[in-house]
Amino acid sequence: MREILIISGKGGTGKTSLTAAFAHLADNKIICDLDVDTPDLHLLLQPRHERVMEFHAGNEAQIEQDGCTGCGTCEEMCRFNAISQRDGVYSVDTLRCEGCKVCVAFCPEQTILFPEKYCGTWYRSSTRFGTMVHAQLFPGEENSGRLVTLLRQEARKIALENNIDLILSDGAPGVGCPVISSLSGAHCAVLVTEPTPSGRHDLERVATLCDHFRIRAGVIINKADINPDEARIIEQYCREKDYPLLAQLPHDPVITEAMVKARAVTELGETEIGKSIRQAWKKIEQFAG
Amino acid sequence: MIISVASGKGGTGKTTVTASLSAVWDAPLLAVDLDVEEPNLHLFLHPEPAPPIKAWMEVPELNADKCTLCRDCVELCQFKALSIMISSLTLYPDMCHGCGGCIAICEQHALRPGKRELGVMYQSRAGKINFLMGTLRVGEAMSPPFIEQVKKRALKTIRETKQDVIVDAPPGVSCPAIASVIDSDVIVLVTDATPFGLYDFKLAWKSFSPLGKPMGAVINRAGLGTRHIYDFCREKNIPLLAEIPFDRSIAEAYSQGRIITDVSGELKAIFSSLREKIRALGSTTPPKEVDHA
Repeated sequence: MREILIISGKGGTGKTSLTAAFAHLADNKIICDLDVDTPDLHLLLQPRHERVMEFHAGNEAQIEQDGCTGCGTCEEMCRFNAISQRDGVYSVDTLRCEGCKVCVAFCPEQTILFPEKYCGTWYRSSTRFGTMVHAQLFPGEENSGRLVTLLRQEARKIALENNIDLILSDGAPGVGCPVISSLSGAHCAVLVTEPTPSGRHDLERVATLCDHFRIRAGVIINKADINPDEARIIEQYCREKDYPLLAQLPHDPVITEAMVKARAVTELGETEIGKSIRQAWKKIEQFAG
Repeated sequence: MIISVASGKGGTGKTTVTASLSAVWDAPLLAVDLDVEEPNLHLFLHPEPAPPIKAWMEVPELNADKCTLCRDCVELCQFKALSIMISSLTLYPDMCHGCGGCIAICEQHALRPGKRELGVMYQSRAGKINFLMGTLRVGEAMSPPFIEQVKKRALKTIRETKQDVIVDAPPGVSCPAIASVIDSDVIVLVTDATPFGLYDFKLAWKSFSPLGKPMGAVINRAGLGTRHIYDFCREKNIPLLAEIPFDRSIAEAYSQGRIITDVSGELKAIFSSLREKIRALGSTTPPKEVDHA
């Protein structure tokens, strides 16, 4: 089974618009939105939810006031400044609580509860391009890495049951927890960048991350005509580092038009960028092997 | 005053706004890049070179001779950072969240504080501006503890020098974004008017509202997308602080690492006006309404 992950380091380079187009072009696949924090792929694919599941992960401390003697041990032990005292009453700031259980374990009165957290919702859906798994972490929640892992497991399960050999995933920006959870064990990564100092800087970091996990990476330079000199520097970088350059795409307002119409850009009839994206997808399929 | 420039969606122009606002700020300023996964502010402010300051997190180290395999640490750890394999305790420092619980609970003192590198900080000057950034070590999963350390350094700096702070926050609305904006006085949400921008803007507004801070919107690439973002801001009483027009010359200037206030007098005026509106917003009381929908 091949798992192709579209990531970028920098946000806003066009990951999701391109993933939607590839989802349109690819045969027999499961589509996966691994940006569980600010997912956007569903805005283009308009999924119909077939299964809606609660995502529970981790726990959070809750002080039962009846038993609390105000000794302050919990506040002292907490490394995350999540416990504070006001007028002798101790309480937990849930936004800062890491769920480490230290306060629970060291409370001499054993008066701190540790309920499981309900952190988000995940979905198995059908779209015009096939089955999609996606999620929405509740705003401000933690555990995005675990939710990413869960979605990937679910995608693999559905793929196996239905004899599907491709999982196409849209990833999160950055190089942190959710991206690491998306990458480990993926078949290959497509890195979408743009010819700007930020685009290049962030590409180098996310490419290094791929090397770190020994994931093969290819590169797409999006909006390449915004700064051709910078695009050439990125091209050179890819050659030196042996990352195949899969496509150079122009800056085209039709991408926004497709977004407003809730369509993949390749669905909007014959456009120049649509043609380039079709070629790019062929190259990605060869690259993925 | 501490101002956080945040957004749900990435690539909406946080760094452009932070850099431009810093350039027109007319009081002593510390500009801080808390987008530690992909810091970019330095590419526009061009700070002077500075020696790296390494940031560490406490993780346990094992003295196996003292370990009696009692399992207390394994049972306490919520992050699977320790396990007993065959007949020895194995540590997975990459999984550790640094809570210190295992070290505190071990009666045999078989665990002692060690450390893991989170990333590197740089502090220097960019012209008149004081500059501070954090760069997360590639391969490190946990940005929030590192963000806390960069923030701590920033707060220490302003205690000594009494300057304003502008923070370039990471994208998203989960723990790294919350950790970045939680100590600020004003949150500036940068978005574009595309459907993705709107959806993520709503998420950001929902996430940050419970913090009870004054919030305002900057609409970037105005003219591109739809009018829904304006309706949403009106409906929720989110003040529109600035609109940056959609203009290819701005995208080109950005792609050359230029601060866009240099592109035209009009843009400079937009950011000077933004500065004054942020100041006014910072002296208001935050809205009490919180959407629980």
